[in-house]
Amino acid sequence: MQNKAISCTRAVEMIPDGASLMIGGFMGVGSPHRIIDELVRQGRKNLTVICNDTGKPGWGIGKLVDAKLIRKLVASHIGLNPEMGRQMIAGEAEVTLVPQGTLAERIRAGGCGLGGVLTPTGFGTLVAEGKQTLQVEGKMFLIEPPLRADFALVAAHRSDYRGNLEYSLTARNFNMVMAMAADTVIAEPEHIVPVGMITPDAVATPFPVVDYLIERGQAAYGR
Amino acid sequence: MEDKVVIAKRVALELKDGNLVNLGIGLPTLVPQFLPRETEVYFQSENGIIGMAQVPGKGMEDPSLTDAGGGYVGAIPGAASIDSAMSFGLIRGGHLDITVLGGLEVDEQGQLANWIVPGKMVPGMGGAMDLVSGAKRVIVSMTHTAKGKSKILKKCTLPLTSVRRVSLIVTELAVIEPTEQGLVLKEVAPGVTVEQVVAATEAKLIVPANVPVMPIEEAKIGRAAAN
Repeated sequence: MQNKAISCTRAVEMIPDGASLMIGGFMGVGSPHRIIDELVRQGRKNLTVICNDTGKPGWGIGKLVDAKLIRKLVASHIGLNPEMGRQMIAGEAEVTLVPQGTLAERIRAGGCGLGGVLTPTGFGTLVAEGKQTLQVEGKMFLIEPPLRADFALVAAHRSDYRGNLEYSLTARNFNMVMAMAADTVIAEPEHIVPVGMITPDAVATPFPVVDYLIERGQAAYGR
Repeated sequence: MEDKVVIAKRVALELKDGNLVNLGIGLPTLVPQFLPRETEVYFQSENGIIGMAQVPGKGMEDPSLTDAGGGYVGAIPGAASIDSAMSFGLIRGGHLDITVLGGLEVDEQGQLANWIVPGKMVPGMGGAMDLVSGAKRVIVSMTHTAKGKSKILKKCTLPLTSVRRVSLIVTELAVIEPTEQGLVLKEVAPGVTVEQVVAATEAKLIVPANVPVMPIEEAKIGRAAAN
């Protein structure tokens, strides 16, 4: 069996400048914090980031904003990060705001081989500008295209060495759909456990979609 | 009574036993503390939990259990954790009984604007557009005016959150129900007259012969929190 665990440094070295990244998490809860720190340390530039929100300055995806590494952002909410708002208004970063449910479904569509999503959300609003609409059984829907990325950077509670992922409570959020929707999926679990420890029923993201795991840092164990 | 308390107490009366409810950030989060003692309501937080509750005690926070603002919360026994696709599937799919949101403007058609002030404040819509489009009932809880100006207008000036007509507007002055005919004044707050509400409202109000006072004084409240 292949061991998918690699160092955080090596994982981030695979990501080139200008890459598109899906990053899990909701206000930093369920975000891959070690990968984010390493992206800042290695100074990856001109990133396209697809995520729910930009956290807060100094926290979660907010660290990428602080370091001005994001060129394009696709998110549902930036209201708790004034620096992101500043960069958007100053034209330093291009921001596309997407309703949260639409964002989840567009990513799901991207990961599941669907040509897009029909959603009533946003119909008749600014969000609908330039988009096709379709009437189905008397109801109006927007046609929203699928979303994919070069890399998905997801956080999990536990994984086994095969790459099966288990999540915890509200740290699950976008990680499940994102793990399906990228060419390369890098997971940052809090714990990596022996294969078999996570029971089949508890697996939320199955191992074939996970390419790499961030190995446990030895420093944490004093060795 | 403080304005916010009037609004939260009145909104609490709309939540019925067994309802699945999503509360927006800000004012709506005050509602649970005013729920009648016997009412059991289940709170969904769109970041991924059904059965959100208060943190059980100081020092008992779980970093993986938060509300949509990132603040620590707890969960009731029997709570369920869900991913974002499931969370919004519940919202759009007609499984959510009530959403309570704040508002910047509501108009005579009952349409809500609450996600952007172009050029000034661009927080993003988060889950608001899905919630307003999909919840069975949409309750807008907001102050009646901002800087002396009515927030209930003939026509919204800000970009809409949804074209759907909201179910109810609750302010510190009144309860207003948007209908096909227009905005119907359903109740006034204690100590407030119909004339005061009409004067504070830019939109045309349909005023029935009898407009009762909000029944918030006698409401059996006092449970620390339902959640």
